[in-house]
Amino acid sequence: MFVAKSIAADHKDLIHDVSYDFHGRRMATCSSDQSVKVWDKGDDGEWHCTASWKTHSGSVWRVTWAHPEFGQVLASCSFDRTAAVWEEIVGESNDKQRGQSHWIKRTTLVDSRTSVTDVKFAPKHMGLMLTTCSADGVVRIYEAPDVMNLSQWSLQHEISCKLSCSCISWNPSSSRAHPPMIAVGSDDSNVTYSGKVQIYEYNENTRKYAKAETLMTVTDPVHDIAFAPNLGRSFHVLAIATKDVRIFKLIPMRRESANSSGPTKFEVQVMAQFDSHNSQVWRVSWNITSTLLASSGDDGCVRLWKANYMDNWKCTGILRGDGSPVNGSGHAAALSAVGVPAAAQMVVGAASAGRKKAQLMPG
Amino acid sequence: RSFPERSESHLIFVGLQKIKEDVPSKNKKSQFVSISKNYRSVIRACMEELQQNAGKRHMTHIVSILLAIELIWNLCEVLFIDAAPAGSLLLHLLDWVRLHKSDVDARAREVLQSDSPAHHQSYWDVVISLVLQGRVDEARQVLSKQASLRAESSSVFKRMDVLLHTMPIFNPTGTQTLTEFDVKWRHWHEECDRCLQDNTFASNRHLETICKILVGDEDTILEQKELLSTWYHFLVTRLLFTHPTIKPPDLHYYAQSSMSMFLGLRASPEPLDIILLSAFEFDLHQVIKDCSIALNNWWFVAHLTDLLDHCKLLQSHNLHFGSNLREFLVLEYASGLFTHHSLWQLAVDYFDHCPEFGRVYLELQIERVPLDTERKAIKVLRICEDRQMSEQVRSICKIMAKRALRNNRLGSALSWSIRAKDAAFATLISERFLQDYCNKGSFTDLDLLDNLGPAMLLSDRLTFLGKYREFHRLYGENRFSEAAKLLLSLMTAKIAPRSLWMTLLTDALPLLEQKEVKTQTTHALQSHFTLDEDIESTKTELLRLALARNLAMAIVKEGTIET
Repeated sequence: MFVAKSIAADHKDLIHDVSYDFHGRRMATCSSDQSVKVWDKGDDGEWHCTASWKTHSGSVWRVTWAHPEFGQVLASCSFDRTAAVWEEIVGESNDKQRGQSHWIKRTTLVDSRTSVTDVKFAPKHMGLMLTTCSADGVVRIYEAPDVMNLSQWSLQHEISCKLSCSCISWNPSSSRAHPPMIAVGSDDSNVTYSGKVQIYEYNENTRKYAKAETLMTVTDPVHDIAFAPNLGRSFHVLAIATKDVRIFKLIPMRRESANSSGPTKFEVQVMAQFDSHNSQVWRVSWNITSTLLASSGDDGCVRLWKANYMDNWKCTGILRGDGSPVNGSGHAAALSAVGVPAAAQMVVGAASAGRKKAQLMPG
Repeated sequence: RSFPERSESHLIFVGLQKIKEDVPSKNKKSQFVSISKNYRSVIRACMEELQQNAGKRHMTHIVSILLAIELIWNLCEVLFIDAAPAGSLLLHLLDWVRLHKSDVDARAREVLQSDSPAHHQSYWDVVISLVLQGRVDEARQVLSKQASLRAESSSVFKRMDVLLHTMPIFNPTGTQTLTEFDVKWRHWHEECDRCLQDNTFASNRHLETICKILVGDEDTILEQKELLSTWYHFLVTRLLFTHPTIKPPDLHYYAQSSMSMFLGLRASPEPLDIILLSAFEFDLHQVIKDCSIALNNWWFVAHLTDLLDHCKLLQSHNLHFGSNLREFLVLEYASGLFTHHSLWQLAVDYFDHCPEFGRVYLELQIERVPLDTERKAIKVLRICEDRQMSEQVRSICKIMAKRALRNNRLGSALSWSIRAKDAAFATLISERFLQDYCNKGSFTDLDLLDNLGPAMLLSDRLTFLGKYREFHRLYGENRFSEAAKLLLSLMTAKIAPRSLWMTLLTDALPLLEQKEVKTQTTHALQSHFTLDEDIESTKTELLRLALARNLAMAIVKEGTIET
């Protein structure tokens, strides 16, 4: 049972992304108004805006939190071709009383020549690593060798995907059986390269990322992509937001010989496919235990998907955002972002209304 | 809303898991029945509490769900857990019906307490209701009110009284076998039938109705639809008066037909009806599945399925299915608990008893528990430490250390780093301590630094910090030769950071002027400082002079004493 709550975000333009922190007590939103806002959940259970500042000179597409082991750190990416890393500094006591905090920029990553469409931190067991993808089809992986110094980042890898990239997702598995793996989604309308999801895997020997798989059956523009938490399984689960919701199972296949180099080969199975949104699906997000997937679409709804013990996926709930009908195109989705750190709460950014944000919690 | 039933049922659950495998099954069965009853009393307690707060609309909805849950659970207990054989089966079903149709008692009381019970408008309804529930002695009691009034018709009432009085009820603990009971029952049944054929009760249509019920006339029983109110009451009454020795496998024939007859052509079965029917058909899988969908209550299906699994009732299906289903439901329930700010601790025990995925679920969820206070963090840590979840321990400690450092609470940050066994971070914080010392001239968190113990060895810098503080302590206690020796050992071990060499020199100087400091120590200290090349040359010169002067003084003094 869910209860919806609305929060006036006061962004002056469309909200493009919403992101919970690791513990679900903080939230960040970003907007075409070029700013990022940070929200904290108070003891009263209400969300209060504790910071709001201009981050870029263009629309901010995505915002994401680093693992709290690295401190209070955010990354943002923008149409202005940059990504930025921000750290919260403990302010003066009167700031604390006013419930405000300050975020300062630690670095700007300027390598991209086009709009940076997604930014994500790699899983913490890989160290402090940040990944961006751009409209020019390049995925960049940066590392901060000294985790105490967030101003120093070095570009470790540049992956050329040949297609305009829209989203990335790291496989969160820290198992030694799985080398680091990143999925890249493309919203390119190019028909020559028809597979719009690519999986890259790190090779210990070459110390490079190589393409392991292209999901050829995904031929429509991809808006969001998310690996599910691993749970110690040998296979991987990947959710994709495209013209519908798709869940893929990637089963690593045994190598022919122990010495064979090259990336892992996968058997790809479709676990589920849902077109209930009946329109473009913009975001997909997993809960902590990968038992629940949330999706948002142009139909103005958030849908929840759950598998029973026989691994049959079904819709377990439909939530309406602000209820306004969808019009417009491109990123003017009624619900543009979903963050599900736990089954307990979910946050949805309503972009068409521009200002409001609905928070949905269990009743 | 508080959740007393969560913690109570948690205790029952944990107790159930502890029942040993090697206990003989007969004893186990009574234990399982007892546990089942405990769970049901938790449900009833919850219902009572809610009914006291009745009036709110959604509360009545919740109460009706709880009623349904208790009804289903009770039936499952009768059919599956207690698994009563023929004879007892019907008695248990009668108890089940009586428990869930309690308005009869209220009405009976109302009638009996009235001025003239026999003329009360509900009088016959009460008598018939009691008969329908097989409560013949109570029916007789109410009937006696009537009999005393009409002397002329008393023989008819006496006749009915005899019929009711002689109705055989199976006694499971008695010596009579089921077959013997059956024979006796048939005789009685024939006797009732004879009364009908003889028109014994023709003068009183109510008594005639009752006699028809006793004979098991389905149409007559069905006519009492309003008093029965449910098809399963109809089922049990029907069985009572036509087939009291019903065997479990034969139940489902009567259940299906009872439901159809009762609901008729127009009404369609509700989800609850389907669930009960599946139970009568001994289709456990269907019961659980339908309960999961219809009732939207993980608490119920998780605990019931877990109990049924312990009774080894889910294994009649294929091997994986049974344990997977139980674990799936328990994981689902416990995951829901985890989102609650205080109930999450109960969830831990549930995960502990899910052999396949319990551990990984716990690992994933426990690291997301917001670490609002140190106390809460320690609670979370203990749970992880008890289960050797070392990565989660390290991570939580690191998060706490980082947070403390951000807020400049160096002592707390250091404690957490030590607990995280994070050498790199401990080094970093030790350096901050030392920097602070250089800036302020004193140490903070003396308690912590003085009691580091073996944790000091986590990193070189930390060891130095601990020893350096010790040096200061010795100095403060005027134990100069020990202090000097310690300082010397710190320099020898080369763990003193470069940035502090000036400071150390400054510390060393007054020491050298102390009388107790032996020449040998002074020599050694001096040689250390003179061998050093990194200190600014002017300072070095000054120090060399100072040292030389002190050394000279020491020699003079020693010389003076000797001579």
